[in-house]
Amino acid sequence: MSSTTSAFAGPGRRDPAGGAGGKPPAKHDPYGLGRDAGRDSEATGHGSGGPSPKYIVVGYGFWIFILSDFITFATLFAAYAVLKDATAGGPAGAALFDRGGVALETVCLLLSSFTCGMATLAMRARSVRWFQIAMAATAVLGLAFLGLEVHEFAGLVAEGAGPSRSAFLSAFFTLVGCHGLHVSVGMLWLGTMMAQVWAKGFRDDIVRRTSCWALFWHALDIVWVGVFTVVYLMGVSA
Amino acid sequence: MLGKLTLAAIPLDQPIPLAAGGVVGLIILGVLGWVVFAGHLPYLWKEWITSVDHKKVGMMYVLMALVMLLRGFTDAIMMRTQQALAFNAPGYLPPDHYNQIFSAHGTLMIFFVAMPFMIGLMNFVLPLQLGVRDVAFPTLNSVSFWLTATGALLVNVSLVVGEFQKTGWIPYPPLSELTYSPGVGVDYWLWSLEISGIGTLMTGINFVTTILKMRAPGMGYLRMPMFCWTALATNLLIVAAFPILTAVSAMLILDRYLDFHFFTDTMGGNSMLFMSLIWAWGHPEVYILILPAFGVFSEVVSTFSGKPLFGYRSMVMATMAICLLAFMVWLHHFFTMGAGADVNGVFGIMSMIIAVPTGVKVFNWLFTMYGGRVRMTAAMLWSIGFMLTFVVGGMTGVLLAVPPADFVLHNSVFLVAHFHNVIIGGVLFGAFAGYTYWFPKATGFRLHEGWGKASFWCWQIGFWLAFGPLYITGLDGMTRRLQHYDVPEWRPWLLIALVGALTILAGIGCQIIQLVVSIRNRHELRDLTGDPWDGRSLEWSMASPPPVFNYAVLPDVHGEEPYWSIKETARGQQHLADLPNYEAIEVPRNSPTGFVCAFFATLIGFAMIWHIWWLAIAGLVGAYATFVVFAWRDRTEYEIPAATVAAIDARNRQARSQALKELETAS
Repeated sequence: MSSTTSAFAGPGRRDPAGGAGGKPPAKHDPYGLGRDAGRDSEATGHGSGGPSPKYIVVGYGFWIFILSDFITFATLFAAYAVLKDATAGGPAGAALFDRGGVALETVCLLLSSFTCGMATLAMRARSVRWFQIAMAATAVLGLAFLGLEVHEFAGLVAEGAGPSRSAFLSAFFTLVGCHGLHVSVGMLWLGTMMAQVWAKGFRDDIVRRTSCWALFWHALDIVWVGVFTVVYLMGVSA
Repeated sequence: MLGKLTLAAIPLDQPIPLAAGGVVGLIILGVLGWVVFAGHLPYLWKEWITSVDHKKVGMMYVLMALVMLLRGFTDAIMMRTQQALAFNAPGYLPPDHYNQIFSAHGTLMIFFVAMPFMIGLMNFVLPLQLGVRDVAFPTLNSVSFWLTATGALLVNVSLVVGEFQKTGWIPYPPLSELTYSPGVGVDYWLWSLEISGIGTLMTGINFVTTILKMRAPGMGYLRMPMFCWTALATNLLIVAAFPILTAVSAMLILDRYLDFHFFTDTMGGNSMLFMSLIWAWGHPEVYILILPAFGVFSEVVSTFSGKPLFGYRSMVMATMAICLLAFMVWLHHFFTMGAGADVNGVFGIMSMIIAVPTGVKVFNWLFTMYGGRVRMTAAMLWSIGFMLTFVVGGMTGVLLAVPPADFVLHNSVFLVAHFHNVIIGGVLFGAFAGYTYWFPKATGFRLHEGWGKASFWCWQIGFWLAFGPLYITGLDGMTRRLQHYDVPEWRPWLLIALVGALTILAGIGCQIIQLVVSIRNRHELRDLTGDPWDGRSLEWSMASPPPVFNYAVLPDVHGEEPYWSIKETARGQQHLADLPNYEAIEVPRNSPTGFVCAFFATLIGFAMIWHIWWLAIAGLVGAYATFVVFAWRDRTEYEIPAATVAAIDARNRQARSQALKELETAS
């Protein structure tokens, strides 16, 4: 059954692993909308021009992770929505939530996204000092957020409204706590990136990782906007 | 110090699991001893355990799936024997043990046989078919594999330390809540699934990125082989569905460990929430398993019919339609739980609609064979056997999708027969077809055809003998998971079912013999050119087994079936394509990260199951430290010089020109 075959002898293209991008597109039709026009274009990333450069692959993969993480949160949001009124005779959200504290938490987290953006800019400018300053500011704001959250949780538990009190509170603690857990992991990662930049500078792989961390940090803000709206705003008004 | 773990956890009063565990333990120790004393440990460590090469990771996945198949099948044959014996009698398995067996059987077969088998095939094949050198994230790939292995290990540890869950393969609350399942069985399930589920999710992310961002020049979406399309659909489903499993398992963990009330009977808990969430993962899971099998059949049928796949674009459409519809039918798993006629009606119709794209696929395979020169190899037999068997499974599925019929048939062995019909006849036959088809590519020699065909016939006949009777007794009112029964009409059918299970056992025996015979006769079965089946897609364009970098020079794709057209050109011109310009290739270095992470994950899982909190924290710290150490390394790749690449490629070119000359003399 061994039939005849031939080895490949395509033109020696660039090796993708070492490449910083392929050749520029021959025609500007990256989506191949002009029927076959784009099919043989040299643009990377749409398959036709060969494997994408590493920074694209890494960022793209991390985006997909973030999407999957959003689904995790979506599941928790769904559980919260189902169990929101299952207070089992215990306190409901309106009686428990402290608008001022939550507003402060929100300010901390949103500001930390701003400083995170500054860190990205500093990284692009290859300024280690400003990068570390912006990252440290992000860490302080993140810690403040976590501190406020722990304070809120401790207060609820102290007044007998812990997660075991009712299904509503179980769902509340899980949803908000899962976001808090993500922030904590983000903090650990933040510290690691600060250490890596300090020890090794803005090496390509460290820049890629830091970009992923920044994506993660911003994504947590998006989730928080959902938490703030669905849990706190709607909870207080209900 | 050791939490809930005491000597009482070892089931000294139950001889069967203890003996089974003992035998498995002896085998493991024996293999380990042989590896160490024969001096294979450094080889194993360097070439396999720390390997981040997608081909080796894929082969380890398949090997794990095959080993777990033996374990899961042992459970199956115990259940069949029990039901054959337990007519007006207690049988030989006490209810407590029997319940663990059917729960472990389902868990193992879905999560540690079917999934790793398919993920293994995808791992091995995807980069080769896409014309690239590895997956997007090679080290992450190794981490995924080892985390899956951790899950399998934990399930198997439950055999001798503690117990496995008795709730069925999915721990439905409130039965799975602490009140009704106080033991560690459910915890074993939860933690092994949390850990292996993270591994699977990482695989999904890795493969979606690979398919969308890592393709050879010119390999547009509509030039990808069908297996790549089905793999894309499967991995999109993994990315979208597995987080739900992780989250819902976490909720049950919180219920059991910290007195939360998601699914409890009291304090406002809602067990229907679990049903909806688990099946929002569980139904896509079905398609995660079957879609890659559809891809395998597409490749095999096209190759062995000597024709391009019929209706390639309709196949792509059908695949993506199934991918989408997979998320719209989950409620049919609990029609009887009170959703109401209107909701049931909608989900019933949605479920039936899935039969349409699936039917498109079956017709495409049939039309691919029509007018082709069909070669009845073992891989092709699995494919044809699949078409015949799976269509029946699909029909009974459509029947179960009718809510009134489901009210009669739910929870019966009719349902059991249906899903084994699609999982054995679909997923497993696909796995075996892929195993036979790509084996020479992975190892460099073919599997023995005769034993492969013998195995196919045993499986095919055995399957119908084992599950045909269950359709009948199911219609006759036999419910699933019965430890004993007193209906004389069922008895003969259950005896036939045991014969069927024994026939399947013979099929598995044939597969083991096939492997041994093939390894012993590997020189006669050697695949010299790298194209043993007269293949059509890119993976057959390189040597078997492929070099570590896959392609000496990245292929340049100019149409569908690029390898076929290159082969035609070579045949027409009677010589190979010109010698390319070789360049040095960078290859990712091996890394023990995956193995070390899995070690800590095992510690965390085991510690959490037994409430050994300090060990769990130590495991977490260890896992984090591993990541930091991995992130700290300075050299991630090594370079293979152009001369070496040229020398490796020259060997394959020589074998191929030889084959070309032989063909010339023959014609």
